[in-house]
Amino acid sequence: MNTVTNYFKSLLLIELFKGLALTGKYIFAKKITVQYPDEKTPYSPRFRGLHALRRYPNGEERCIACKLCEAVCPALAITIEAEPRTDGSRRTTRYDIDLAKCIFCGFCEESCPVDSIVETRVYEYHAEQRGDLLMTKEKLLAVGDKFEQQIAADRAMDARFR
Amino acid sequence: MVTIEIDGIELKVNNGSMLIEAADEAGIRIPRFCYHKKLSIAANCRMCLVEVEKAAKPLPACATPVTEGMKVHTRSPKALAAQKSVMEFLLINHPLDCPICDQGGECELQDVAMGYGGDVSKYAEKKRVVREKDIGPLIATDMTRCIHCTRCVRFGDEIAGLRELGATGRGEHMEIGTYISKAVSSEMSGNVIDVCPVGALTSKPFRYSARAWEMRQYESIAPHDCIGSNIYLHTRRGRVMRVVPRENEAVNETWISDRDRYSYEGLYSADRLTVPMMNVDGEWRETEWDTALEAAVSGLKDVVDHSGAPQLGALIGPSTTLEEMYQVQKILRGLGSDNIEHRLRQRDFSDQDAAPAFPWLGTPLAALETANAILLVGSDIRREQPIAGHRVRKAHVAGAAVFAVNPVDYDFNFALEHKLVVDPRRMTSALAAIARHLVTITGATNPAGLDKLVQSPEYDTAARAIAERLRQAGRSTLLLGASAINHQNFAAIRMLSALIAELSGSTLGYLSDGANGSGAWIAGAVPHRGPGAQAVQTSGKNLAQMQGSGMAGMLLVNCEPDLDLAEPQSTMQMLKKAEFVVALSSYKSPALLNSASVLLPITPFSEMPGTFVNAEGRWQSFEPAVAPMGEARPGWKILRVMGNLFDLSGFDYMSAVEIRDELQKLVGDVAKDNSLAWRAPEAGQIDGGTLVSISDIPIYSVDALVRRAPALQKAQKLLGPGFRISAALARKIGLKDSQEVKVKQGDREARIAVEIDDRVPESCVWIHADISDASKLGAGYAPIVLEKA
Repeated sequence: MNTVTNYFKSLLLIELFKGLALTGKYIFAKKITVQYPDEKTPYSPRFRGLHALRRYPNGEERCIACKLCEAVCPALAITIEAEPRTDGSRRTTRYDIDLAKCIFCGFCEESCPVDSIVETRVYEYHAEQRGDLLMTKEKLLAVGDKFEQQIAADRAMDARFR
Repeated sequence: MVTIEIDGIELKVNNGSMLIEAADEAGIRIPRFCYHKKLSIAANCRMCLVEVEKAAKPLPACATPVTEGMKVHTRSPKALAAQKSVMEFLLINHPLDCPICDQGGECELQDVAMGYGGDVSKYAEKKRVVREKDIGPLIATDMTRCIHCTRCVRFGDEIAGLRELGATGRGEHMEIGTYISKAVSSEMSGNVIDVCPVGALTSKPFRYSARAWEMRQYESIAPHDCIGSNIYLHTRRGRVMRVVPRENEAVNETWISDRDRYSYEGLYSADRLTVPMMNVDGEWRETEWDTALEAAVSGLKDVVDHSGAPQLGALIGPSTTLEEMYQVQKILRGLGSDNIEHRLRQRDFSDQDAAPAFPWLGTPLAALETANAILLVGSDIRREQPIAGHRVRKAHVAGAAVFAVNPVDYDFNFALEHKLVVDPRRMTSALAAIARHLVTITGATNPAGLDKLVQSPEYDTAARAIAERLRQAGRSTLLLGASAINHQNFAAIRMLSALIAELSGSTLGYLSDGANGSGAWIAGAVPHRGPGAQAVQTSGKNLAQMQGSGMAGMLLVNCEPDLDLAEPQSTMQMLKKAEFVVALSSYKSPALLNSASVLLPITPFSEMPGTFVNAEGRWQSFEPAVAPMGEARPGWKILRVMGNLFDLSGFDYMSAVEIRDELQKLVGDVAKDNSLAWRAPEAGQIDGGTLVSISDIPIYSVDALVRRAPALQKAQKLLGPGFRISAALARKIGLKDSQEVKVKQGDREARIAVEIDDRVPESCVWIHADISDASKLGAGYAPIVLEKA
């Protein structure tokens, strides 16, 4: 009996029409493809993208070299060296994040007592060599300076949940 | 013994002990801040409050003696409530800035706050702020963090013996400080960092450089004095970050000296030798190990072939490991030379055959504190061996009488019952006076030739008192320090000290130079004896003889010829005249660059395995904590290869442990016997001149490592310049304090600023052997002439 049914099904191209029906449905449906990079999807203020080191409004870097982020980093991507600055305050002399190791878990940001290291919404960056993925203190501060307004706005939006 | 119950556990504890001691012994943890097992009980932090049944209020466990049938609850609701309240009060004024505090992660307050602190602070008023204090280059302060446990104050008072830190003000206004602004000068001051439960006192050189959780801890032995303090090296990413004490009740208890704590900075000095170097036609070139070793070995072989093996000599720093010393003497003796010397600062070798198998302390270190009387001969024990000094102080606190026969009136942290501060030329006569009185007291036969040595009637009263007290004391000990061992008449001093010890029933002890001055004798690093004090066929040349006759070839191990030797000038001359000099060194020392032909980089103690034998004859081995820097290699490996290149047999060691075991098997139990049969010593005088120089080694100049530790050098500078004369002498010459004077010694001349210091006898000039101007002068303990400039 089965053989007979299958014979007729294939003779009448029922499967083909079923498939074409689905295609036809989507031809007329509303399109959801985003034309990146001309268009972008909206994304959360909690997005964990490129790292940045922030400064206080007076220009003083926030990081106090407590090394909690280095300790909490599960990928061991952060390397910090510190010493007293000339004014006696505790400061980093080296703050490296190896983005090739980073798993973007956001623990560094959560552990930071002074909201210095943050993960920004920036995800559009690239590297041509492996070394380019090593973010030094200067680079991280530069990212922070560039996106400070957005970083601050995102933190403010999220503040009541933290 | 009483029976008590803590948290339902029945314990039998000693009568009179405190609750906290009983709990600690049973492993029951009671939180505490002010209690420290080595310090007196203050009971002022109140953190250790516990509930005792039938007591109306919670009682502090540190100040509550145990009584029979006592039932204690350390975690009952009442005890916990009390502890939490105390914690809340402590946190009122303590800043909550753990992320920037250097103690963060290893802080007692932080740990206890995790268990007993509240989540939210109820305190909204102003917090107390205390200005930071500058208490010297070694200790950083953040006094706002202080919780007034007074451990540091009690440490200074009870352990260091200097009341340098104290509390001023009361209640809210109480502050810990130095009363008047000054640097703390104790040679063990760094221990306040360890006793401080919070981040108020932290290490200045270490400041902000690493976190406790980043570092790995390795056991090691301090390489600076004959105590061999047990230490931990804390390393991070292959670098030693700091040194902290390792508890060993028999050696250093829980303390270490500042020298042991801060010398690690010298490990990373800019002039570390990290590549083998060769002097090619007067120009230093870095080279490969193969080339350098070939050159070193063939150069020394040439010397042996042309000038004969007796023209080859070796100088070994007294802080070199046992393994290296043993191999050096094995190479030299294999080549047919016995000219091996580690006694670099000694001047008198005339009685070396009568010397003990190895210079030992005469008593275990821990037994020093049980002595009833201690006579220091030529010893600034507080600075030379700070931990031994601490034991002497403990003995003094327990009621022992301490005496000194010293060339300078050193300021000890214990009171001397009697002292003989004598011109070094009269040291023998002062000792002879004591011995003479002992002969009278004991009624022993007067040893021949003793009377001749007694020339100082002015010392008579003190000498008699010392003799009487030494004789009466049940347990007494004589300690020979650096100014005795390095004295021009060491033989006479040794003989007289042995006589005094014998007549008074005291033990005689040596406080040997360097970390391995005792081990050097065991390893055979002396010209007249092999390993374990075995006799050699013909005695080799000692340092003085080498300097006198000159050598064709030299092997220098771990010493800087211009700073580590008694007579730098004649040593440098000897080295410059030598045809070939090979130096195994950790540093590119200018003197070595000036005199050596090949420099082979050896690792310092942190980067290699080794063994030091301390003054009490304790063999203490250690393992490397970090990898060798650059191309530097452990000395035992280099010497093994050299031994093989010389075609000597018995250099097939696979590890340093094998070398140690071979030596241990070879020497067995080395006799610990400092006794000496009387033979009238020749009272050789330091001839001529009215003034004589006393040259001792300042506390932070003892070896290459310490000399390169910046923080210690800063601390040493605070102790003042190193050219001192008495006020009487200054008046005689017409000098004022810090005025320059023309100094002549032999054919040498220098202009040096003097410091007036009445601890120096009138007929002496006290020169710190390392001050740069002093290197322009001649020998120490020699006539000197001062003229108004």
